[in-house]
Amino acid sequence: MAAFLFSRFLQSAVLLVIVSIIGFTVLNLMPGGPLSQFALDPGMTPADIARITEQLGLNRPLHIQYLEWAWGMLQGDWGTSFRDGSPVTAVIARHVPATLLLMGSSTVIAVAIGTWIGIRGATHRYSGFDYVATVGAMVALSIPTFWFGLIGIYVFSLKLGWLPAGNMYTIGDQSVLNYLHHLIMPSVVLALVHIAIWSRFMRGATLDAISQDFVKTARAKGVTERRVVMKHVVGNAMLPMITLAGVQIPSLLTGALVTETVFTWPGMGRLFLDSLGYSDYPVVMGLLMFSALLTIVANLIADITVALVDPRIRLA
Amino acid sequence: MTTTDINTTAVPRWWQSRVARRFFGHRLALLGLVMITLLTLACIFGPYLLPYDSLHIDLRGRFSPPMSGQHYLGTDPLGRDIAARLLTAGRISLLVGFFAMVLATILGTLIGVIAGYGGRVVNAVLMRFVDGFLSFPTIFMLLALAVALKPSPVMITIIIALTGWMEVARIVEAEVRSLKEREFVLAGRMLGLGKMHMMFREILPNCMGPIIVAATLTVARAILLEAYVSFLGFGIQPPLPSWGNMLNGAQQYLGSAPWLAIIPGIAITLAVTSFNFIGDGLRDALDVRNDSF
Repeated sequence: MAAFLFSRFLQSAVLLVIVSIIGFTVLNLMPGGPLSQFALDPGMTPADIARITEQLGLNRPLHIQYLEWAWGMLQGDWGTSFRDGSPVTAVIARHVPATLLLMGSSTVIAVAIGTWIGIRGATHRYSGFDYVATVGAMVALSIPTFWFGLIGIYVFSLKLGWLPAGNMYTIGDQSVLNYLHHLIMPSVVLALVHIAIWSRFMRGATLDAISQDFVKTARAKGVTERRVVMKHVVGNAMLPMITLAGVQIPSLLTGALVTETVFTWPGMGRLFLDSLGYSDYPVVMGLLMFSALLTIVANLIADITVALVDPRIRLA
Repeated sequence: MTTTDINTTAVPRWWQSRVARRFFGHRLALLGLVMITLLTLACIFGPYLLPYDSLHIDLRGRFSPPMSGQHYLGTDPLGRDIAARLLTAGRISLLVGFFAMVLATILGTLIGVIAGYGGRVVNAVLMRFVDGFLSFPTIFMLLALAVALKPSPVMITIIIALTGWMEVARIVEAEVRSLKEREFVLAGRMLGLGKMHMMFREILPNCMGPIIVAATLTVARAILLEAYVSFLGFGIQPPLPSWGNMLNGAQQYLGSAPWLAIIPGIAITLAVTSFNFIGDGLRDALDVRNDSF
């Protein structure tokens, strides 16, 4: 286990370095660099710009800037927001809970519905249900998330008036029920694509497990079909799903960004878009790096979890 | 020998091949093919047949609902004909999707082949970069690049390709790595064939199945991504219409003019679904086993 942990941590560290290089390259691609916001300000003379460039150390060689930037990030110094001068880490931290809440609730929905569809599809292979689920998943993967959100608002907010069209809570009412009421539609909208993904993967994993020898053995022993599926098949099929949960993080964040935009949800996605509008590059950069970091950490946790559950991986 | 004998032993035409028969026997793939053909033809010829130009502004005829007069799909907030805009936008969206796929497939294939055929170090470095790119949420990367590089249709195409080549690279790398151990590769090496020849003339043709499937699904993805960035206002810029930017701003008129939001979304979904169906059919026909894409 120690060797496994060591190699897995090392892998993540390498990935982190590569991700930071990609991120830094993107930052430096921006025309006018991180200073375009000042360049647009009519009150700024070229001398002022030169002074700020000097102050921020933007006139030094790129690799020095990179090392300084990377070292700063490691120490928790992610720069300050151009917009209000507060530390980037604080700005991001303010917006993380809303996004995590949205991602968490939609993952719960996606896993619950997706695994059920996947297991049923595999145990009733080539049935009408399986066919509809397969086609449905392909269509669900083709619907733009934001459009699904717009249709949802049109039907459930404007026509039926059942659900709020946006925001996290009604001002003046911060009860849990109010939060939940606002959470329903964005979570379902974000979940749609992931229900499709989970059901496809769960179907595949279940089919793989069903054809294993231990399932044949269990059936031969006279274990009821229900127990075979619930205990032996699903138990084994769930293992790759843990890995999938980690792999899905970037796609969840992509979905969260557009969902948050449509539902004016105050999370990281909205923050990213607002910061782009303000040319607030430190925050943009911080979010880009934070999202990649989240992915790397999630994948690491997923792999360690699988290793803890499955001795075949831990001891290999 | 009679004529009938010659006919039965003749080389089968492409549509008689096993792959073609399996593809055309796949009902969904066929449906996808028909849908996308009709949609493409409509986008190419439709704008010439409609009474209005996609840029013709008519401030007295703003927000006409569908089927009002000659505005078959209604008009937008500037009184422009939505049917004309939808079909003109389709040209842009489909072209961006297609060329983004071409670029992404070339880039992904190149990197995949080099990583798969190269030594351990080359493989490790390239594949870690693939992992690195996959760690970023696509839309975050796409938006950051779209702001960095001024968005023109060509630039958007390049950016979408830059965020979409990794899956192809992974598929090709895995394929090449397994083919590398096969006898024909050993034979080629023993004949003294160069690395370039081995990679691109001997191994690559054997990976075409998975590449074709991945490429088809990449078109679907690229059309979706164009819609995402343009919807958020960072993609194709007005007055040039695209399916994505037609939806930009549609939300504020959702109550009064829902067709502004509904119609372009249907077009996107139809196009993307078609490519996904075709990709699924090709996967079955070409016997590609890959669940991860």
